[in-house]
Amino acid sequence: MTTTADTGPETGPDTESVPQTAGQAGGRAAARRFTRLHDFGIVLSVAAIVVALSLTTGTFLTTGNLVNLLDQAAVVGLLACAATVVIISGAFDLSITAVLAVSAIVAVVVTTHAGVPAGVVAAVAVGALLGAVNGLIVVTVKVHSFIATLALSIMYRGLAVILTAGAIVYPPEDRLQAFQALSWPTVLGGVTASSLLFLAVAAVCWVLLSRTTFGRRVYAVGGNEEAARLSGIRVGSVRVAVFAISGVCAALAGLVLAARGGSAQASMATGMELTAIAAAVVGGTSVLGGEGAIWRGLVGVLLITLIGNGFNLLGWDTIYQQVVQGALILGAVSFDRVLRARRS
Amino acid sequence: MSQPVRIDLEGFGKAYGGVPVLRDVSFTLHGGRVHGLLGENGAGKSTLLKAVCGAVAPDTGRILLDGRPIPVGSPRDALRHGFALISQELALVPAMTVLDNVYLGRWRHRFGWRSRRGDAAAFDRLVERTGFDIDPSALVGELPLAARQQVEILRALASGASVIGMDEPTALLTKTETDRLLAVVRDLAAAGAAVVLISHFLEEVLSICDDVTVLRDGRHVMTGPASEQTPGSLVRHMVGRPLDLLYPEPVPVPATAPVLLRARDLRRGDAVRGVSLDVRAGEIVGVAGLVGSGRSETLRALFGADPRDGGTVEVEGEEVPPGSPSRAMRAGLAMVPESRKDQGLLLGRSVRENVALAGLGGRQLAGFVRSRAEGEAAGAMLRDLDVRGSDLGGPVWTLSGGNQQKVLFGKWLMDRPRVLLVDEPTRGVDVAAKSQIHRLLVDLAADGMGVLVVSSEVEEVLGLSHRVLVMRHGRMVAEFARGEATRERVLALAFADDAPPDDGPAPGGPPAPHPQDTTIPDTPTPDTVTPDTAAPGIATSAEERP
Repeated sequence: MTTTADTGPETGPDTESVPQTAGQAGGRAAARRFTRLHDFGIVLSVAAIVVALSLTTGTFLTTGNLVNLLDQAAVVGLLACAATVVIISGAFDLSITAVLAVSAIVAVVVTTHAGVPAGVVAAVAVGALLGAVNGLIVVTVKVHSFIATLALSIMYRGLAVILTAGAIVYPPEDRLQAFQALSWPTVLGGVTASSLLFLAVAAVCWVLLSRTTFGRRVYAVGGNEEAARLSGIRVGSVRVAVFAISGVCAALAGLVLAARGGSAQASMATGMELTAIAAAVVGGTSVLGGEGAIWRGLVGVLLITLIGNGFNLLGWDTIYQQVVQGALILGAVSFDRVLRARRS
Repeated sequence: MSQPVRIDLEGFGKAYGGVPVLRDVSFTLHGGRVHGLLGENGAGKSTLLKAVCGAVAPDTGRILLDGRPIPVGSPRDALRHGFALISQELALVPAMTVLDNVYLGRWRHRFGWRSRRGDAAAFDRLVERTGFDIDPSALVGELPLAARQQVEILRALASGASVIGMDEPTALLTKTETDRLLAVVRDLAAAGAAVVLISHFLEEVLSICDDVTVLRDGRHVMTGPASEQTPGSLVRHMVGRPLDLLYPEPVPVPATAPVLLRARDLRRGDAVRGVSLDVRAGEIVGVAGLVGSGRSETLRALFGADPRDGGTVEVEGEEVPPGSPSRAMRAGLAMVPESRKDQGLLLGRSVRENVALAGLGGRQLAGFVRSRAEGEAAGAMLRDLDVRGSDLGGPVWTLSGGNQQKVLFGKWLMDRPRVLLVDEPTRGVDVAAKSQIHRLLVDLAADGMGVLVVSSEVEEVLGLSHRVLVMRHGRMVAEFARGEATRERVLALAFADDAPPDDGPAPGGPPAPHPQDTTIPDTPTPDTVTPDTAAPGIATSAEERP
C-alpha cells in the first residue's frame, strides 16, 4: 500500500507531498532532543546534593552510611512505588499508610497464632484485598479516588484501632527474632533485608510498567481514559489491579516497619502517604496521570532521604530539617518545571 | 478610553517547543473596520490573535497604537490598552452568574463591598446597546453556547475594549444566531472598534469584513480590502496553489461483494432512533448530516463505545454484542474516533506506544510486550502511512496534526479490521495529509475492507463514498448512489423542515450549524442552500425511507 499525495499534477510523491518545511522538521527534532535532556532535570538536582555532601563530609561516601541510607529509604521507597503506579494510572491512593497499619497488625496477630510465615502471607493478602476494595469502590461508585481513598483510609485506621483495641501489639517473645528478620543485615555487604525487598519490589514495578502489556494499559488509562476504553482496554479491571498492587506494596512496607520496631500499632506511618506522593511527583511523574516512571519515584525517594541523611552527617540541628526538606522539594520541582516550561 | 485609529502589528513570532507557529507576521488594523483573519488549520491564526490580545506571550513582536508602542504579552496590559479576546475556548466561570462573569475581576465596589446594583445598572445599558436578551442572574454553566458567547462579548464591551479579537465565533451557531452576532460585530465597528475575526466560512468573511489577512504556515501572505477577494482567491492564498482537491476515484464494488457490516434498527437515546445500514466488502459508505444529527452516535453505538438501547449489529453474519469496544474489535470492527486528542491518542506517549495500543494482546509473550515485533510492525505501518519527521520513540505531541491523524489511523489498521468506522477522517489536518488520508481510505476499500465514513465536510462524503446516507434527528432520511448525490440535495435533506426551531439549541443536542458548514467551498461561487425553499422540491426527488 502506498499513500502519496494526489493534490496537483506537478507534485512528486516525495518532494512536496508534505508541506512541512525543513525548518519545521528541524524544529521538531530540536524539540525532541530538548525533551530528552529536560527529562533528567531532577536527576541533576539530586546529583548536586550528592556531590555537595561528598565534598563537605568525609562520611557520606562510606559503605556504612550508604547501607544506612538505603535502609532508611526502604519504607518510603515501597510506598513511593505504590504511589507512582497509582498516579501514572491517573488516580491517587491516600490509604496506603492505613493499609500499611492494618497489614502490619494482621502480621503480628497471625504470627502470634500461626507463626511468622503465615503472618507475612496474611499481611500481603490483606494489603491486596484492601487495595482491591479501594479499586472496586473507585470504579463502581465513581467518586474521585482522592476522596474515596481518603474516606477509606479513615475506615482502615478505625479497623486498625478495633483490631488492637488501641494498644501496641507485639509478636510472642519466642517468635520475635524471626518476625524481625527483615531488619537484619544480609551477607551482601551488610545491606538489610528490607533494603533488598525494596529494591526487588522497585525492580518488579519497573519491569511491570515498562515491559508488559499491563504497564502499557496503565499508562493508557492514566493518559486518556476514553482513548484507552475505545482501544478495547477494560479500564475498570486495570484500575482495580493497580490499587491491589498499591495495597501489596503498602503491606510490604508495613512488614518492614513492624519488623524494625518489633511491634505494630494503629497510628503507624501516619502522614507518610504524603511523603510518598511527594517523592513520586518530585521525580517528575505527572499528577495528571499517564506519564512518569518508577525510576522517577526512586529519585524522589533518594532526594527526600538524602536531606535527612545530610542533616545527620553535617551535624545540623534537626529542628530545621522540615523547613529545608520542604524548600528543597519545592526548589527541585520548580527547576524541573522551568526545564519543562517550553513544552506547553 | 480614546479609540485608536491605527494599530500596527509588527514582527509577531512564536514557537512552541522549538516548532515555529508564527514567523515575523506584520500588518495593520484600523479602528472602525472589521478585519478577517484567514488560513488553514495550523496556519497560526489563533496563536496570532492570542498573542495580540495578551493571552499568550509571543517570542517576538510589538504593537503600535497610533504609533506609540505598548507592552505585549500579558493579559493585564492588553486589557488596559483596550484589547479583548473572545476565544474558541470560552473563558467564563460556569458556576457564576452572567452578571458576575461580565464584570469578572472588575466588580464595582463601595468601601470594599461588592456593589451588585452598580454592575446591574451598567449591564442593562450594555444589553440595550447590543440587543442581547440575557438574564443577568442566570448561571453561565446552564446557558447554551450562543448565549455564553454573548456573555463574552458583553464582557469585552464592559471592559471598554477598542480592539476585539474573535476566534471562530460562529462555528457552532445556528443561522439566526450567526446573523445576530454578525450584526453586533458590524455595530462594534461602526462605534469605532477594530474587530479581528477568525472564521472558516469564507462567504461570511467576505460579507462582513472590510479587510482580510491570510496566513499560511505561520507566515503573512496578504492583507487587502475584502472587496477585492472572492472565495476562490482566498483559498488560493490559503493553500498557496490553485485548489484542486481531487478525490481519488473509488474502485467499483463487485456485485458479488458480501455484506460485512449489517445494522438493523439501531437505537441509542434520542440521538439514534432506529438506524439500519449495510456496508459491503470494498465499499465506502459516507454519512452526511449536521452536528447533532446522530452521525457520531451511530458510529459509537456500532462500535460499542456507547451502550445501545436496541437493534442488532452483525459483522460477517456474527452478532456483535453491545457496549464493549473490545468485543467489537474481536468481531473485526475498528473505529477512528472524532477527536484524536480526547478519544484517540496518548499525546505524551511515544508514537510506537500509540500505534501498538489497540492491538496489545496480539504482540505479547506471557504478558510481556514483544518489543522487536512491535517495533517492526509499528515501523512498517508508519512507513506505509508516510508519517514523516518522526521517530517511533518520540512523543506524539511533537508531530503535526496531519501526522498525528495518520498515527491514529495506523493504530486502528495494525490488526487489519474487516470494517473500519471513521469519524471525521481529516479534521484539523493540512491539505496534503488530507489527500493522503483520502487515498488511504480508497486503497483500503480496494483491498476489500468495508469503510463507513462520517464527516462534517459534505464534499468529503460526496468525494469518497460509493453510497451516501443522510442523517437527520437520529434517522437515516435518504440514500444516494455515487453521482446522484450533490451538495445541494444532501444539505437540503440534512436541513429539512422538521428541524427544531432555529432559535436556541435543540433539547439534548448542540445547536445546528448554518448551511455554509464547510471549511473550503468546492466552487468559487457560493452555493448556499436556503433550506426553507429548497427542501421540499428536492426531498421528493430523493429516495425517502419510511
